[in-house]
Amino acid sequence: MDPITTHTGRAVALRRSDVDTDQIIPAVYLKRVTRTGFEDGLFAAWRADPEFVLNRPESAGATVLVAGPNFGTGSSREHAVWALRDHGFRVVVSSGFADIFRGNAGKGGLVTAQVRQRDVDDLWDAIDADPKVEVTVDLAGRTVTWGDRAVGFEIDDYTRWRLMQGLDDVDLTLRHVSDVQVFESQRPSWLPVTR
Amino acid sequence: MARTLAEKVWESHVVRRAPGEPDLLYIDLHLVHEVTSPQAFDGLRLAGRPVRRPDLTLATEDHNVPTLDIDLPIADPVSRTQVETLRRNCAEFDVPLHSLGDEEQGIVHVVGPQLGLTQPGMTVVCGDSHTSTHGAFGALAFGIGTSEVEHVLATQTLPLRPFKTMAVTIEGDLAAGVTAKDVILAVIAEIGTGGGQGYVIEYRGSAVKAMSMEARMTMCNMSIEAGARAGMVAPDETTYEFLKGRPRAPRDPDWDTAVQTWERLRSDNDAHFDREVVIDVAGLTPYVTWGTNPAQGAPLWSRVPDPATFADDNERAAGYRALDYMGLRPGTPLRDIEVDTVFLGSCTNGRIEDLRAAAAVIRGRQVTEGVRMLVVPGSVRVRLAAEDEGLDVVFKEAGAEWRNAGCSMCLGMNPDQLAPGERSASTSNRNFEGRQGKGGRTHLVSPQVAAATAVVGRLASPADLESTRG
Ligand code: SF4
Repeated sequence: MDPITTHTGRAVALRRSDVDTDQIIPAVYLKRVTRTGFEDGLFAAWRADPEFVLNRPESAGATVLVAGPNFGTGSSREHAVWALRDHGFRVVVSSGFADIFRGNAGKGGLVTAQVRQRDVDDLWDAIDADPKVEVTVDLAGRTVTWGDRAVGFEIDDYTRWRLMQGLDDVDLTLRHVSDVQVFESQRPSWLPVTR
Repeated sequence: MARTLAEKVWESHVVRRAPGEPDLLYIDLHLVHEVTSPQAFDGLRLAGRPVRRPDLTLATEDHNVPTLDIDLPIADPVSRTQVETLRRNCAEFDVPLHSLGDEEQGIVHVVGPQLGLTQPGMTVVCGDSHTSTHGAFGALAFGIGTSEVEHVLATQTLPLRPFKTMAVTIEGDLAAGVTAKDVILAVIAEIGTGGGQGYVIEYRGSAVKAMSMEARMTMCNMSIEAGARAGMVAPDETTYEFLKGRPRAPRDPDWDTAVQTWERLRSDNDAHFDREVVIDVAGLTPYVTWGTNPAQGAPLWSRVPDPATFADDNERAAGYRALDYMGLRPGTPLRDIEVDTVFLGSCTNGRIEDLRAAAAVIRGRQVTEGVRMLVVPGSVRVRLAAEDEGLDVVFKEAGAEWRNAGCSMCLGMNPDQLAPGERSASTSNRNFEGRQGKGGRTHLVSPQVAAATAVVGRLASPADLESTRG
């Protein structure tokens, strides 16, 4: 994964709470056999509506999603994170995330920045006033900044460290590959192999 | 310190332990199938990583494969794509694969043991919840998600937090015609579908001691239906007897060393379990499910229960919902329930011993008019062994369909499905709504009950058949 310390981009105001993973990516899009290409399923039901915020021209190219509380609730599908990433989002700002989604996001290199709902409201207003407003999410300082506003956000230390190092679970384990090699050298030779 | 079997296997696989972090466990055998692996391989490809130990990895095609016309291309495009993707991935990453048409193809949990790949004391994982089957050998075997599949492919390890341990002690001699399937359905009814959550169950006691390996696999297989992560049985002579001479089992002179190691794999006498359950099966009779979760079961001789009598509010509500879905009324004798379909197969009851038991019941009898019976061996090897013994002829003469190996109607991903409202007696493991096809109604049963039911047309046991042999 690419390390991410600070990210700046345009934002989309998704004025909804309790956005569940079935909305983020409906089940019919899960049949694919690749890890990429899920962007067409992102919010598929809502995108049928031409007025849906992601369909507006000013939303094109945005990389920060700003949503209401309890984002990512529902089924544990990792595809929800992949769909957001594949669409181009690097950060979701919300006043609360569902636990499994938060865990999956950390694994998939998507930053979940948790701020107060008051700050979400202000940010929504700022985006509506000027869709071109640049939002900066700084993992080192744990701040979300737009215009002359800067607010703190919460993220757990371990996930933050991993995102800043650009490490996924496999990378982390591979740091201990010498332990794995030692273990392997001590396995009995009569244990079975598949060929 | 006194330790349980599960703890001994765990301890012997810790690659790395650090305060505040999960243990990094080594994985001895990674089984792969077409449904849960594609994104894992794609993840490797995106990161430019190889499979660390293809020689400890084995893939088979099972969930999607047709059981008829297996020499033709797979008709359903999604199924075909998944199978073709597995073939491409295995070729690219050098992973051994048993494809449709290969003599070692079959349900992943039938293939591992029959090759002798599953051995006592090993860690076994697969992107499939019924990996618990392999625990019958005294292995620590559990299902994992797709990200974990990728992690094991890349590193041959998994970061894990320890499970809790539960001892289920099963005492008493099983009556004739009562099987491991009846035992596990009774165990699940006792502890509930969530009763095993977070636990590894160790099955012990005189009834388990007396069971064959096939029976132990049936029992461990359905540990997951009690919510458990895994089920285990300590290895003994029965285990060694089953393994000896299998293609991947240790050979002389390693065999003796292996057995010495395996002998140490039992829970110490004073080992502490987080939970203990004792069940007496001496009076057990054949058990069947009436509802839509595996804990909604009852003795075949009894009646559909009245949810009004359930003490727990949630169970009462679930009971009413289940009866509604199943189209049943409280008080109906279970043996009055008519079925349309009988399915004999799956990783629960698709092994040779299961086919033999069912064939013994149906031999010389007829599947009753209006009922279709599907016999789907768990693997090609099982099919060939059954054909050697003439079991295929027994089933065909009785009017049953003799199919090729795969998961088939266990989950209805291939064309073998129930139509809406159709009712089955099934030797598989899940009676969830729609599991065997949208709107289908499933009663879980043992192979013997399946065969008797096919003859009578209603849920029945071999004892109901006395006068029906032609
Ligand atoms: S037979 Fe059924 S339970 Fe077993 S692996 Fe196949 S689908 Fe899963």
